[in-house]
Formats: sequence, structure tokens, C-alpha cells
Amino acid sequence: MLHPTPHEQNQGIPIIEIQALSCGYGNQPVLSNVTLDIYRGDFVGFLGPSGSGKTTLLRAILGATNIYSGEILIDQIPISAKRPRIGYVPQLETIDWNFPVTVEEVVLMGRTMDNIIFPWYSAADKEITYEILHRLGIYNLRKRHIQELSGGQQQRVFLARALVSNPSLLLLDEPTTGVDIKTRDEVMHLLHDLNHQGITILLTTHEINAVAAHLPTVICMNNAIIAKGSPANVFTPENFLKTYGAELLVIQHQGMTLVAESPHLDNNKERL
Amino acid sequence: MFEPFQYEFFIRGMVAATLVGGLCGLIGVYIVLRQMAYIGHGLSHAIFGGAVVSYVLSINFFLGASAWGFLSALIITFTARRKEIAADAAIGIVTTASFALGLALISRYKTFTRNFDAALFGNILGVSGQDLAAIIVVSLISVVAIILGYKLLLFTAFDREVAHFHGVPTGWIDTGFSLILAATIVVSLQVLGVTLIASAIVIPPIVARLLTNSFMKMIILSSIIGSLCGLCGIYLSFYIDVSSGATIVLFSTALFSIVMAYTSLRNKSRLRRMSNLSEM
Repeated sequence: MLHPTPHEQNQGIPIIEIQALSCGYGNQPVLSNVTLDIYRGDFVGFLGPSGSGKTTLLRAILGATNIYSGEILIDQIPISAKRPRIGYVPQLETIDWNFPVTVEEVVLMGRTMDNIIFPWYSAADKEITYEILHRLGIYNLRKRHIQELSGGQQQRVFLARALVSNPSLLLLDEPTTGVDIKTRDEVMHLLHDLNHQGITILLTTHEINAVAAHLPTVICMNNAIIAKGSPANVFTPENFLKTYGAELLVIQHQGMTLVAESPHLDNNKERL
Repeated sequence: MFEPFQYEFFIRGMVAATLVGGLCGLIGVYIVLRQMAYIGHGLSHAIFGGAVVSYVLSINFFLGASAWGFLSALIITFTARRKEIAADAAIGIVTTASFALGLALISRYKTFTRNFDAALFGNILGVSGQDLAAIIVVSLISVVAIILGYKLLLFTAFDREVAHFHGVPTGWIDTGFSLILAATIVVSLQVLGVTLIASAIVIPPIVARLLTNSFMKMIILSSIIGSLCGLCGIYLSFYIDVSSGATIVLFSTALFSIVMAYTSLRNKSRLRRMSNLSEM
């Protein structure tokens, strides 16, 4: 089987509560009136076209957008009151791969704010860093420069940096964009494992079949939330029309939901 | 060989050049890694304006020029916040205006034109005790700040946005760094001059980068290379009777060329070895 079974979802008090949120950058609104609860142990993928606000929603949770109205609470505390402990993995293409840092140096960055009195990393910082490097199978690469790694290893380095601060919440911006198929499956397996260990995971993706279809929960977005639920329930032609403004063919095959990602179905019909 | 050391002015100049070289090498690492080389070049021009204004208003040169440089850096940051204006354009506007203001004041009050040759091209043999004291103070403060802020500066330089998400006060880091940069350029003016400072800020870090992949090693190497260039440059200038600032720059450029050639050859031979191995 490609991916392990999804983790059992716990209900109860949400880890993230987004209440009637409208936000954007400067005076440019991106999301309007978004209300969403995420529970501990959830594994959620955000789908939507470019500019639909997937990344903006992640950034809003991190406190990096202008909030015009509404509120975001994490563990019942507004993010404006206290900076929450969140692991964040940026898109790999935003990284300066020529920067002179080793794997270990990058991962230790995640511990920067854990002891700010000393200018050096503590023994405890190093201990947890080595433990995570072992867990992700990149301990023996720790002295390597970040450019001397494969795509999957590079993704693991930034995952490790997000994990060393012991977050209960992990956000990833398009973790499978620009990586090969093997790396993509490797990363998704790793994320499923982490989710099974109790970490709540939110990610954005463009890949409907390869990524979103394997997640327990998907959310379709287009500057607002169009649909939320299991892929089997959310992947309908109506929802895709509202999300992408295009008709996508949805096929049920041996219990799997497959989506034909062809944007010009109408033209094809005419030609047939 | 020891002839120049009998002159007090030479020893003072040599100490100043060594310290300024090391200081620029140290600060330059962050400038080069954040691809801000142009700001070093620009700020030195802006500070020239500040130096002239301080003189006209009879304010202490070090305080006046540093404040002016810091203010210019803030105005650049502020201007570049407008989406239509890229950072390099903002630097071009602000620093050149400041430089022009300095020139305008000089041409208006022609009487003190001669004093500013040193600020433009450097006059290391005219380094006074007060200049040297300022260089020592700024060097000490910079070294302490860079050691204390090591983790914060590294995270901010590598991945500013994620550093911010982790709670690193990136705005304050930038402001503090601008202050140190402005002070560094002010104390380096006497040694290297407005027109030559950029190379002291850019060449040592680049040479260090060619030689190492580790951030910590790059900082240490760059400071040592900067100091060495200062020291060797001024020593050479005594014998070949060429201006000290120009000799320091040409010496470091020569060093850069050698290291560049060496690392290119090394990389080529590594590639050849690797392809030989894969053929086997």
C-alpha cells in the first residue's frame, strides 16, 4: 500500500480555531470570512488554484498576514496574544542552497529561541537535534553542506528543523512541489508516521491524486473554504468547479477516488 | 625590512589597516551572504555627505557621520517597502543624494575642500590617535555583538521569514546590524576612503566562501583574510610608494584571483577524478 492508514482523529477542543477570518497583505485581501476548526491529530491538505489563499492561510496561522477581521486561536489562545509553537517547513525553492551551512547548522536553527541567553547551542539543543536527525535517517549526513543532498534528504533537513522545537503542530507549504515521485512518496510516508505519533499536520498541495487523495481530510479553497471532509466526499465535480472554475472528471475505481486533472474537458468533448 | 617600523605614524597606520581590514571582513560576511554588496558601496557614499554636514555644523565627526549613515540605512529600508521600488534602486537614490549633498556643501564652502581628499581616497598615514581609538572601540563592539547574536544573525541571514516565525526579532536584528555597518564604514573612511571601502567589505568574505562551506569557518577566515590584506597592503605601499588604500584593494584583488584560480582548478580535478571513478 502506498500510504499507511490515516491516524484516528480526536475530537474535543480544537488545536486551531479560525473564526470569521478575513486577512491578506497590506490592503489586499486574500481570504474572506474563513471559519475552520482543526483538531489534535488531524492531517489536512489544502487544495486550490494558485492565488486561492492556501499559503496565505498557513501564513495567517503563523501570524504573518494582516488580519482585517476575525480571530485565530491556537490551544484557545489568540495568536495575537502569544506566539504559538509551530513547526514550519517552507517551500524548498525559497531556500538559498549556496548559503554556507551544514545540515546540522540548519537543524540547530530551529532551537535558536530555546535559550537566548547563551550565544551558543546548549547540550540539550544538540541532543534533541541528533535525536531528530537519527529519527529522520539523516544523522550520518549532518556535516554535509545542504547542496550535497538529494531532494528527499533536503526535505528531511527542513522537516528536522521544524521538529526540533517540539511543536504539536506542523505546517508545510507545498512539500511535494518540484520533487520527484520517489521523494514525494518518501515525504508523504514520513508525514504519515509523524501524524501517527500525534503531530497535527497541515499542508498545501497542487497534487490532487498523488497527495490530497491519500490524506484523511482535504479542504478545497478559493479565497474562501469551498468544501471540507474526506477526499471521497469532497472530490465532486461541483466542488472542483467552484474551486478551480473548471470541470474535472471524478472517477471511482476500486474504492479509490481518481480525478482527471484536465483543464480543457469541454474542448475535448467537442472534438470527440 | 623593518625600516618602516621606526615611524610612529606607520605603526599607527598599520594597526588601523589591520583592524579595519578584519572588521570589514567580519561585517562583510553578512553583507555578501544577504547579497547586499551594493549597500556597503552606497552607504560609504552616503556617509561622505554626513561627514561634510558634521564638519559644517561642527559636530563630532564619528557621531555625526555614524548617525547620518544609520539614518540613510533606515530611509533606504523605508523607501524599499514600496512594492514598486526595489532595494537596489532605493540605495541608488538615497546614497547618491547624500553624496551629492556633501559635494554641494564642499563646492559652496570652497575653503575646506582639501580636508576631504582623505575621506574620498583614504589617508592611512594621517590616522590620528583619536581615529585609532574609534577603530578599536567599533571593532570591539562589533566582535562582541556578532558573538552574542551569532545564532540570531545566522538564522536571519539564512532564512529571514522562518526566523521571524520562530520569534527571532528580525526587524531589530536588521536595525542593530545597520548601526554596526554605519559605524564600521565611518571608522574605515580614514583608512580606505569612500571609493575603496566596498572591496574591503566584499573581497575577504568571497575569498573565504570559496574556501569553505561552513558559516562559522567563513566568519573566522574572512576576518583573518581582511586583516592580512590590510597589513600586507600597507606594508607593500611603503615600498612601492603607492597610496595605501589602493594597495590594500589591489592586494586583496590579487589574492581573490589566486584563490579563484586555485578553487576552479581543484573543482575541475575533483570532477575528473569522479568521472574516472564512475567509468571504472
